Amino acid sequence: MPEFKTEELVLNMGPQHPATHGVLRMEVKLDGEVVVDVTPHIGYLHRCFEKHCEVMTYPQVIPYTDRMDYLAAMYMNFGYVEAVEKLMNLEIPERVKYIRVIIGELQRIASHLVAIATFGMDIGAWTPFLYCFRDRERILDLFEMTCGARLLYNYMWVGGVSHDLHPNFIHKCKSFLVDLKKTIAELNDLLSYNKIFIERTANIGILPKDTAINFGATGPVLRGSGVQWDLRKKDPYSIYDRFDFEIVTGKGEHGTVGDCWDRYMVRVREMEQSIRIIEQAIAQIPDGDVTSAIPKRVKPPVGEIYFRVEGPKGELGYYIISDGSVNPFRVKVRAPSFVHLQLLPILCKGHLVADIIANLGSLDIVLGEIDR
Amino acid sequence: MTSQEILASLQEKFPNEIFELKENVAGPILIVPAKILLDVAYFVRDNERLLFDSLMVLSGVDVADGEKKILEDGSFEYVGGNLASVYHLHSFTHDHKLAIKVIVPKNNPRVPSVETVWRTADYHEREAYDMIGIIYEGHHNLIRILSPYDWEGHPLRKDYKVPEFYHGMKVPY
Amino acid sequence: MGILDREFTDSNIVIAKFEDLMNWARLSSLWQLGFGLACCAIEMMATSASHYDFDRFGVIPRPSPRQADIIIISGTVTLKMAIRIKRLYEQIPEPKYIISMGSCANCGGPYWEHGYHVLKGVDRIIPVDVYVPGCPPRPEALLEGLLKLQEKIRHQSLVKNTA
Repeated sequence: MPEFKTEELVLNMGPQHPATHGVLRMEVKLDGEVVVDVTPHIGYLHRCFEKHCEVMTYPQVIPYTDRMDYLAAMYMNFGYVEAVEKLMNLEIPERVKYIRVIIGELQRIASHLVAIATFGMDIGAWTPFLYCFRDRERILDLFEMTCGARLLYNYMWVGGVSHDLHPNFIHKCKSFLVDLKKTIAELNDLLSYNKIFIERTANIGILPKDTAINFGATGPVLRGSGVQWDLRKKDPYSIYDRFDFEIVTGKGEHGTVGDCWDRYMVRVREMEQSIRIIEQAIAQIPDGDVTSAIPKRVKPPVGEIYFRVEGPKGELGYYIISDGSVNPFRVKVRAPSFVHLQLLPILCKGHLVADIIANLGSLDIVLGEIDR
Repeated sequence: MTSQEILASLQEKFPNEIFELKENVAGPILIVPAKILLDVAYFVRDNERLLFDSLMVLSGVDVADGEKKILEDGSFEYVGGNLASVYHLHSFTHDHKLAIKVIVPKNNPRVPSVETVWRTADYHEREAYDMIGIIYEGHHNLIRILSPYDWEGHPLRKDYKVPEFYHGMKVPY
Repeated sequence: MGILDREFTDSNIVIAKFEDLMNWARLSSLWQLGFGLACCAIEMMATSASHYDFDRFGVIPRPSPRQADIIIISGTVTLKMAIRIKRLYEQIPEPKYIISMGSCANCGGPYWEHGYHVLKGVDRIIPVDVYVPGCPPRPEALLEGLLKLQEKIRHQSLVKNTA
């Protein structure tokens, strides 16, 4: 029998592809249906955020931070204003701190809902997408009554927040949380413990602990690999040390620790922990003025700071250099998705083409944040 | 460990090199000569008492401390000056942090790559190369990452000039 | 609705101008290229999802440009992406329509001044039918934009090129 000549096939996925979560291009090398190598090409959404920072004043940068991770815009604000406040050594009112935590955790739930929805959709489940977006709309309604915007808020300012909570906010928020608990149970029945879903995600894209740390993975990706690491607990910022919650980690219930299912499930369970934090914060929130500490002019002293918060997608860091003027000298953002995307080739090697999508969905990337 | 103690142990390991600890509002910054950066990186990662297993962020900075020269068309450029590569490290085991800064001249911005020490540095170094123009020696694939592969110039330099056209598309508003 | 007004009672015969019939068919099933660029894509997704239900206007996302009639430019067009968008546009069969969604696609949005890598308006590379302002536009605004496009298609002529 003559010998067959075989060669690797190069497949181009994206930048227009329904499952790449934006404008990501992947160069996939295939041997039959087995993935030999994946090379992500990014930069299709490079909007020059860091250049804009250098010509804007500190408060003017806040709307641009919104547009990086547009699924968690409140948290991008949160990290930035906390960093500038730390640089200026600014003390902010108690009520503002609580508002930031409540809004931030609501945003985390919204971000995870989208992550779960799109992950399900990529795998082939359409119904969870509709359920998740239905509940996300209610969070957006809460944000809208707080600051007037649906997606990009510019809500958290240096020294305070732009508006106080609406008088009706607490009531509506509480009723939402009650309903969300039901949705999570529903979601578990519908998707998490679905046989087909488990078959598609368990034992796929296993990320060992050491590799995760060396690659700089953080957030749900690192916790999915079984590492007890959450900046809200381990390196507390704002007032997270006042709340009682658990760090959710992957346990490998349906496969190996650190597979796609674990990373997915960490997000589902984190929503439950966020509910706990919000409930405690609502019970403790004091009265007060939210705009009194906003400085007339934001002018930090000469120096530099690296400040990180636990964003919904992982460790979100701002490295700000101040030269003493009203414009930042340099702002570098450590975007979690940017770091996580490096893991994709490691996760995909040896799996099938269809598993690329499962791996990509489980990393929960946002291109706005990767390309900035 | 505090930065002073880390400096002491580094000085002990590399007695012939000059390290500097720069005061800063949010913790001091350790300035390391470029030529021994890779050795320092391995040392701080593997030393039992340091164990900096996580590189939080790697940033390139245009220090822009050269001589500012106004050109005929009204734009300006910096002659000479320095670029900097900044490493923020964290240890999961000991839970301490360290900031390392490497300063290199702009006309020959070569810094050893730490990609082999912390794999996460791969994309960060490519970004710093793309945006600032620092050349990381030993990086396995140092190509542009955010801007197109045929882009010219390094956008985050302070004297960067925006091109008029790119592939026939007008760039300025 | 135009063409159904002249329906004979108790029968299933409709008399209409061929042009009207064509336009009616075109505007009622505008298949959209499932393609998101940036922040606006999330609002576009929200429009497709349960709350706003884009489906009721006959808009169904299609993964391939060859099956699509309409492309919604939902977000910032960068120079790197602009070349690809042009190619996607060329792959869509005639008749094709473009909705430019959001300030970035209209004119560069917040990146108009210092965005060295941002195309200041998608209309510099492809023709746009409807501009939807906002940063990002609310889903209602996108729906309004679609209705405007349907209005435009309704008055199209087969013989005269009105575009």
